[in-house]
Amino acid sequence: MEPLFDTATYIGSVYPNETVIPWSVMIVIYPYITGLVAGAFTVSSMYHVFGMERFKPVAQFALLTALCFMIFVPVPLLLHLGHPERALNAVLTPHWTSAMAAFGYFAGFYIILLILEIWFMFRPHFVRQAQQRPGLAGAPWRVLSLGSYDLSEKAMRYDHKWMFALAVTGIPGAHGLHGYVGFIFGSLKSREWWSSDLMPVVFLFSAVISGVALLIVLYVLSCRLRRVAVDLACLKGLAYVLWGFMMFTLVLEGLEFSNIVYKGREGIEMIMQYVMGPLVVPFFIVQLSIGAVTPIVLVSYMIWRGTTGKALIAGVTVSAALVLLSVLMMRWNVVIGGQEISKTGQGLVHYHMLLFSREGLLASIAVVAAPLILLAGLVRLLPPWADKATPASHAAAQP
Amino acid sequence: MKDNKPSLAARREFLSKLGAAAACTGAVVGAGALGAVQNVAAKSELGAGSSSFPTPDYDWTKHRWGYGVDATKCIGCLRCVEACKRENDVPGTAHHFRTWVERYVYLEGEDKPRIDSQHDPVNIEASGSEREYRFANRYKGAKVDKAFFVPKLCNHCTHPACVQVCPTGATYRSKDGVVLIDHKYCIGCQYCVQACPYGARFFNHEKQVSDKCTWCYHRITKGLQPACVEVCPVGARVFGDLEDKQSVISLFIRNNRVRVLKPETGNAPNVYYVGLDKDVI
Repeated sequence: MEPLFDTATYIGSVYPNETVIPWSVMIVIYPYITGLVAGAFTVSSMYHVFGMERFKPVAQFALLTALCFMIFVPVPLLLHLGHPERALNAVLTPHWTSAMAAFGYFAGFYIILLILEIWFMFRPHFVRQAQQRPGLAGAPWRVLSLGSYDLSEKAMRYDHKWMFALAVTGIPGAHGLHGYVGFIFGSLKSREWWSSDLMPVVFLFSAVISGVALLIVLYVLSCRLRRVAVDLACLKGLAYVLWGFMMFTLVLEGLEFSNIVYKGREGIEMIMQYVMGPLVVPFFIVQLSIGAVTPIVLVSYMIWRGTTGKALIAGVTVSAALVLLSVLMMRWNVVIGGQEISKTGQGLVHYHMLLFSREGLLASIAVVAAPLILLAGLVRLLPPWADKATPASHAAAQP
Repeated sequence: MKDNKPSLAARREFLSKLGAAAACTGAVVGAGALGAVQNVAAKSELGAGSSSFPTPDYDWTKHRWGYGVDATKCIGCLRCVEACKRENDVPGTAHHFRTWVERYVYLEGEDKPRIDSQHDPVNIEASGSEREYRFANRYKGAKVDKAFFVPKLCNHCTHPACVQVCPTGATYRSKDGVVLIDHKYCIGCQYCVQACPYGARFFNHEKQVSDKCTWCYHRITKGLQPACVEVCPVGARVFGDLEDKQSVISLFIRNNRVRVLKPETGNAPNVYYVGLDKDVI
């Protein structure tokens, strides 16, 4: 059996209570999957709100992806809480000065919004299934259709209005939710590594790139599984979005880091010792070189050379997978990194990830895998693909 | 889908109602936002007025507690740390402390102090137990320029960052100026542990909640001293009521040039120090 708590080794001088790291890998996973939600929603909005036709093949799939991940957003938090059975205290008696207090409301609002948008989107599918399947097999579909079988042009127009409104509301919703996660870190004055006005923005941009990257990987994978051709225009569009947002993310992260170094406040020597030591592999090698510079160079090269066909698919997918790794490492380097630099400014703590614990490595893998399993099931019930003539396919919402 | 088309008049009426409702909502949201901004700015007073107070006859509006540390007196015996652990049922490990003592040693030829505390593995090895504490004689033979001890504990700040971030209100500042935690309400998110710039909070793994010094609230509300003050053999720790101008703490503040730790955080701590050096963090 693993111990009740894991202690951290340290160098230099740290406060005695700092030898147990408060926020574990679960708090790395939490902003990671929230970010994937925000990014996936962004792609869906590009089609549903801004009418970018090239994203049609993934627009509905993006929304289902967002929902599947959003459902699991509270899980790492609940695994982390000392008393998960009291989690609702934060919703029942929110202490409004806390940056965390509104999370339950934000998350709840956003999940409802996602479910509503998906319901409107797949209403024709529900109705057809309800009509085609008599008896018990059709019962769930009849329930889902909520008793309205009206698929007239007028009804569709009405649905589209709702979908559009929900998609528009969802943009500040999804991004607000994730910016808010960044604020929880950025607003903490106790840690120099976190305390930055740029933190919410960095979180937001990295969220968008992680969501876009996830969609690229899942879309290409799904095309292989379904044995249909990848829509190259769509894939290229996603690659452009990825490229653009990555530039912003890199610049912002660079600015943030430069700020810490340039201001050189108390404790900077220890921060520099951390950056030049324990941070070299997770930050400079994995997050920056492998995860950010490599995909940027690769995508830039493909854009420049006008790469197409299988090479484009392979190149973009590999780049996207690297970006997913990079953003995960960014979350790690922020959340764990911030806690590895002692509040004394004179010591470094080393976090050991447990393997089997409630907040260990295996539990984290399960939390990230669970939404993917749910998604694999959900796309069978609600086919989101526009490339086959699925009953669910709607045209772009016309405002 | 409904087929009945609303008449123009009905639609107008609906729209005007909608407009009025929107205006009302706007006003409420606006006023609420103003209130929220005031409250969220950490400086608001967060008290817990409760009739179910554990100690009868104690009026928390009549006291304002304060704590003083004279670092020049501390001999690093660590009786305070042990007394605190026993008095408050603090987990008997080298990783959970409501109070601790730091040792600053300037060796000859070094411009930075060597800092350790009783939790340091070398010191734990010297004591032979994680329940009893002593400072190991680790600088034997070295030439020491300057050395001193600094007792640390929760600063019971006037604007506590830990209270600000608590999502449930389980931790709060009482009217007599003590920052407390309701262990039956805390969800164990450890946001407060992160927010405290002094490392005064820890996660109690036995109770699965946040924990920290209460200035022995169960004792001070009965007229007793906190355990650490009670056992200090040299009077390095003093405690009293700031409302009483002749109390030990009032005199301590009046008769000395005192300072607090990390004043730049804006937390306005209430543990006053004498005899700190520039490197004390």
